[in-house]
Amino acid sequence: MTGILSAITFVPLVGVAAILLLRAFGQTGERADTAAKWIALAATLASFALSVLLVFQFDPANTGFQFLEDVPWFAGLHYRMGVDGISVLFVPLTTFLMPLCIAASWKSIDKRVAEYMVAFLVLETLVIGVFCALDIILFYTFFEFGLVPMFLIIGIWGGKNRVYAAFKFFLYTLLGSVLMLAAILFMMGVAHTSSIPELMQFKFSPSTQTWLWLAFFASFAVKMPMWPVHTWLPDAHVEAPTAGSVILAGILLKMGGYGFLRFSLPMFPHASIQFTPLIFALSVIAIIYTSLVAFRQTDVKKLIAYSSVAHMGFVTMGIFSGNAQGEQGAIYQMISHGVISGALFLCVGVIYDRMHTREINFYGGLVSRMPFYAAVFMLFTMGNVGLPGTSGFVGEILTMTGTYQASTWTALLAATGVILSAVYALTLYRRVIFGEMTNPALATITDMDWREMAIFAPLIVSTLWLGVQPNLIFNITGASVDALVGAWRVAVAG
Amino acid sequence: MTPQLLVTLLVFAPLLGAAIAGLFGRRIGDIPSQAVTTGLLLAAAAGSWVTFYGVIWGDWPARFIVQIAPFIDVGNFHSNWSIRIDSLSAVMLVVVTTVSSLVHVYSWGYMASDDSRPRFFAYLSLFTFAMLALVTASDFMQLFFGWEGVGLASYLLIGFWYKKPTANAAAIKAFVVNRIGDFGFALGIMTCFWVFGSVQFADIFPQVAAKAATTWQFAGHSWHTVDLACALLFVGAMGKSAQFFLHTWLPDAMEGPTPVSALIHAATMVTAGVYMVCLLSPMFEYAPVAKQIVTLIGAITALFAATVGLAQNDIKRVIAYSTCSQLGYMFFAAGVGAYQAAMFHLFTHAFFKALLFLGAGSVINGMHHEQDMRKMGGLWKYLPVTYGVMMIGTIAITGMGIPGYDLGFAGFYSKDTIIEAAFAAGRTSGVGYFAFVIGVLAAGLTAFYSWRLVFMTFHGHAKWGHDAHHAVADDHASHAQIETHSEPLPDDAHDDHGHGHDHTPHESPLSMLVPICLLAVGAIGAGYLFVENFVGAEQVEFWRGAIFNGAANHILHMAHTETPEWVKLAPLVVSLLGLLGAWYVYIAREGMGARIAAEKGPAWSFLYNKWFFDEIYDATFVRLARILGDLFWKGGDQKLIDGLGPNGVSWLSYVIGRGTGRLQTGYVYHYAFVMLLGIAGLLGWFLFMWSR
Repeated sequence: MTGILSAITFVPLVGVAAILLLRAFGQTGERADTAAKWIALAATLASFALSVLLVFQFDPANTGFQFLEDVPWFAGLHYRMGVDGISVLFVPLTTFLMPLCIAASWKSIDKRVAEYMVAFLVLETLVIGVFCALDIILFYTFFEFGLVPMFLIIGIWGGKNRVYAAFKFFLYTLLGSVLMLAAILFMMGVAHTSSIPELMQFKFSPSTQTWLWLAFFASFAVKMPMWPVHTWLPDAHVEAPTAGSVILAGILLKMGGYGFLRFSLPMFPHASIQFTPLIFALSVIAIIYTSLVAFRQTDVKKLIAYSSVAHMGFVTMGIFSGNAQGEQGAIYQMISHGVISGALFLCVGVIYDRMHTREINFYGGLVSRMPFYAAVFMLFTMGNVGLPGTSGFVGEILTMTGTYQASTWTALLAATGVILSAVYALTLYRRVIFGEMTNPALATITDMDWREMAIFAPLIVSTLWLGVQPNLIFNITGASVDALVGAWRVAVAG
Repeated sequence: MTPQLLVTLLVFAPLLGAAIAGLFGRRIGDIPSQAVTTGLLLAAAAGSWVTFYGVIWGDWPARFIVQIAPFIDVGNFHSNWSIRIDSLSAVMLVVVTTVSSLVHVYSWGYMASDDSRPRFFAYLSLFTFAMLALVTASDFMQLFFGWEGVGLASYLLIGFWYKKPTANAAAIKAFVVNRIGDFGFALGIMTCFWVFGSVQFADIFPQVAAKAATTWQFAGHSWHTVDLACALLFVGAMGKSAQFFLHTWLPDAMEGPTPVSALIHAATMVTAGVYMVCLLSPMFEYAPVAKQIVTLIGAITALFAATVGLAQNDIKRVIAYSTCSQLGYMFFAAGVGAYQAAMFHLFTHAFFKALLFLGAGSVINGMHHEQDMRKMGGLWKYLPVTYGVMMIGTIAITGMGIPGYDLGFAGFYSKDTIIEAAFAAGRTSGVGYFAFVIGVLAAGLTAFYSWRLVFMTFHGHAKWGHDAHHAVADDHASHAQIETHSEPLPDDAHDDHGHGHDHTPHESPLSMLVPICLLAVGAIGAGYLFVENFVGAEQVEFWRGAIFNGAANHILHMAHTETPEWVKLAPLVVSLLGLLGAWYVYIAREGMGARIAAEKGPAWSFLYNKWFFDEIYDATFVRLARILGDLFWKGGDQKLIDGLGPNGVSWLSYVIGRGTGRLQTGYVYHYAFVMLLGIAGLLGWFLFMWSR
């Protein structure tokens, strides 16, 4: 199956080529837009089909990298691709959400449709590349260039303050990653390799580790985002089009967590131990602080964005717990949050498409006209709250359990998050869905149509299925995480 | 059919019903939805009684586990979906499915003209499934699943009438307060996992004795291991069972339809905390401090709720506080080590409390949605059957009986056992004696408020009709009252309410009366029939090891043999005093109660306002969350972080940009292109340097 990773990664670019060809042959107007949508949908679905194949072909017992590709490039660099149990699931997560995003944009995007589709397809290629790259320069290239299509998506198809939000997003992530670039180049200078597997074996001296860890931390903490570098996220979400928010929350945020697991823990184990208290403190602050802020929001999207920050707090805490429960829980939480937060942003999109406002107070009493929508929104609200039976629960309980071993105080404080999430999520639901419908503008609002239900159906199934059978994920991540934890313990002890 | 198959079917039957009514209710219609859910529930109830008989007297194994599927396997963290059957879960199966099926039937009449009946029945069945998952759990994860699942169903049903702001507020309050309990519960589970290396009960229980003398580091302190785990788990029980400090959600939960109050907030869900403590008796028996906490909280709740119940005017709220108080009894019984007595009271209470609630629903229905007892009176003539069964329920809850002959209604057996057990415990522990004194005192209060309810509702002068308003002493309602008398339920086959002026109360339809009468049979006989099994001579054969008593725990035996006569008589005497008091205030001197209320004395105000718990919580926690939320958002995020960070930087870049001017062509594309060039250039330069 060699080459499947490149196939998954670059299939979306084939779609781009097709769209550009149409353009080159002078096809414009509505028919060309429709064609572009179908091409984009086909390309993303093809990529998804391949990634399903990838998961079935993946050998969970093998803790090393699989589906390796290694092509010498230039200047001693290599095009190296491969996945292990830690990264493999992010590929189907990405390819799963992408077709849904294309479908969700079907009607709500009406200007520059072809360009929009191109931006999403390029973004997909870059994001998948991040999770598959085994060469640190290749990784950085994917990681960094991914900013550009997202910047364009927010900056061109976004809301009123899109330029401010786009710049804030860009500024933050770029500043963080410049430090990472410096660290990468330093590492290559010291270790004389750009191969990630080789760098994982290389033992950096403890003092070097500290600086390198901090440089990577600067980039990943912004991506997560961790408190206090999270403020770009609510603005970016509020201004981004619905599908942009889905990708931002569903996938881009996971790059930070993936980075910690791929680089910080295996390459800088001593520094990771050293900085664990910092991570715990920031995680707990993120959970409590942003939950309280979410509680006071008046904008639906901003509220969900803040709740994302709180949920990512569980992830960072679990990653640095140093045991299988915490780290598997963290990976699980990232997958689950990808599905649930993606679905929540799609839920916002449904009413935004109809009413063009995200003001919570504008809504109320929607259940009487939109019963299906109310049921779907309830399900994902419960997922967000972490109700057992939905996937939201498993990640939270495992990351807390893992953290408990490392620091009971952290687990204790983080557990208040389960109370606060209920407060803000149920309050939001009540204000939007329940009560009398008093706003006359809502009197003719329509329930979800078939297209929208088709978008939500796979998300509903995933949320419940993963909630009841989380082993589907743990069976794949288990061996690799155990190896990671084992190697980390050896490195710290030795 | 094998026992394994039978219990599997009976657990999943309500889920099937919920799925059919919930997903296809609109398509198949109201009546089919009701028929499917009710039918499946009746089948589950039949299966439960078979299971109950099979496990306890039949040739079934004393305990067995049906493995359904693995749930979570991470490292040594193993959890399974399974069905654990033993005497304890068999008792709960019977209680849950019996009350639930009767409530389903009752709802045919009570909800007859509600326009979203499929949804209602789907929620009821969903609740039942979650409750069955809870009671049959064989590890903490499934227990937690059921625990929060019933919480979800409770939330959905309290807020069933979603147009009512009070119902929505009550629903959120119930969920959030339960989450506070679950916060402790979750930490307790984590503690168990790291102490015992497992979340399976079967792995944990045998290890407890070995850990009894160890300590555990938690939150900067060193604690007695088992005490810590049990105390944290008990916080969860406090939330679910509405114990002191975390009780505030239960009275508000009365915003839900009355059948819901009967099923969830009286007979089943709120007893889950008691069930958990009994289930975990192998742990609690090694946690002396945690047991004392359980006893204290239970006793305080029993007294507190009973006092508040004295002054409430909403018929459902009186019963809600009564539930709260009775749960307190169950907890202090468990706390002193008489788990069997706690389970017995749970069992009998399910019958008479569901009866009282459904009876109250019948009254509300008959009174055209009136819940304020001050606007009732003299109803016995108009609702004779309801009156009869409410009398039965009241006799049962007040524990009336003839001690010498051991003859009485259900509550007589279970409550007296609890009080005697507390007395026996009181010989060696102050906390036990405290519980005993409170138990007797609260029994008197129970009698007073229960008979007060009957007298205000069914006896005295009718205060409904055209001059109703003059009979009400206190029309300056505080917010507590505004929440009352607003159940917008339509009643069966009577379209005379709402628009007509015929306010004559009427008896309820058969679909409502039959379930009540069946419960009345239970309220009369459940004690007499089962006393020997639950707490008497046959209790060892009955429980078959499902409840653990430590080697030094002879509390049940002592309660039976070493209790002086005056202790056995005490509850009866105070109950009679309570009855007399209620009779004096509400019948002999009718109007006296209203006068006391009108004076608004400090004691009355204190009770009427529920010890001011809601006000205190609103002024502290709720306010604090708002203030902190605003502070972090506007002060922290906007002023501090954004002010110093990106906005400062962007201001700088703005200044620079103005200087250079030409770069600002105003098109996002250009920016992106420049950025791309920048990244590529930077990367290229570094690579070039590196490759040299």
